[in-house]
Amino acid sequence: MGLFNIFNVAGSGMSAQTVRLNTVASNMANAEVVSGTEQGAYRARQPVFAAVMQAMGGNHSNVPVEVTDVVESQAPVNKQHNPAHPEADSDGYIYTSNVNMVEEMANMISASRSYQSNVEVANTSKQLLIETLRLGQ
Amino acid sequence: MPSSIDQMFGVHAQALQLRARRGELIASNLAHADTPNYKARDLDFRHALDNAQSDTAMQATHASHITHANASGHTSTLYRVPSQSSLDGNTVDSQLEKAKFSENAVRYQTTLRFLNGKISGLMKAIKGE
Repeated sequence: MGLFNIFNVAGSGMSAQTVRLNTVASNMANAEVVSGTEQGAYRARQPVFAAVMQAMGGNHSNVPVEVTDVVESQAPVNKQHNPAHPEADSDGYIYTSNVNMVEEMANMISASRSYQSNVEVANTSKQLLIETLRLGQ
Repeated sequence: MPSSIDQMFGVHAQALQLRARRGELIASNLAHADTPNYKARDLDFRHALDNAQSDTAMQATHASHITHANASGHTSTLYRVPSQSSLDGNTVDSQLEKAKFSENAVRYQTTLRFLNGKISGLMKAIKGE
């Protein structure tokens, strides 16, 4: 039944966008985290989306979204000379995250728009299904 | 009015199934608006409806025959030609897909109206009102 599968697809899209919003939230929350070592500094996280490919012979028209991985950004972390800081290393350096606030804001808006379009698709399909159920009444 | 009740709905029964299938494809496209390397797909509706009407499906006359899963227009699924290419290989244009989805929803409702008209006509004939 075609229209019921739309709920699977739109639902998987919404959950994938929620993961993306979650990573944006944790990146922004940890943007100011300070570490005494380069390895300990927070690195921005990004989800990796992929299409769920179904077995041959199945119904190929509905392809749900899955989050295959959450990867850390490879951008260099910020190094600041601040000997007065309690976390500073022996040379007086502190390391802050490589989170780019502008990128994160753009990412957040893109994720919320995609989430909204999935909600609209699910709502329209629901209306169509209800009208189909009323057929002949 | 056709003589057999089986044929009463005519093309609309198949059209409704294909509209639902097309909605499913476009919903997948919209859900994958941010997936790298995803290619947007759509249904060649006229071709799919012709296929569904001509009923050229092969019959499985033996238990070990492989049934051909073409009944619901699988061969008519085509990839959309992107108007703007993107670096991540994704060919989904959200605006275009949204417009196509609403168009498909309205056409689905149109088919429902046709079916409703046929059913109410038949009910009137049965009741003799």
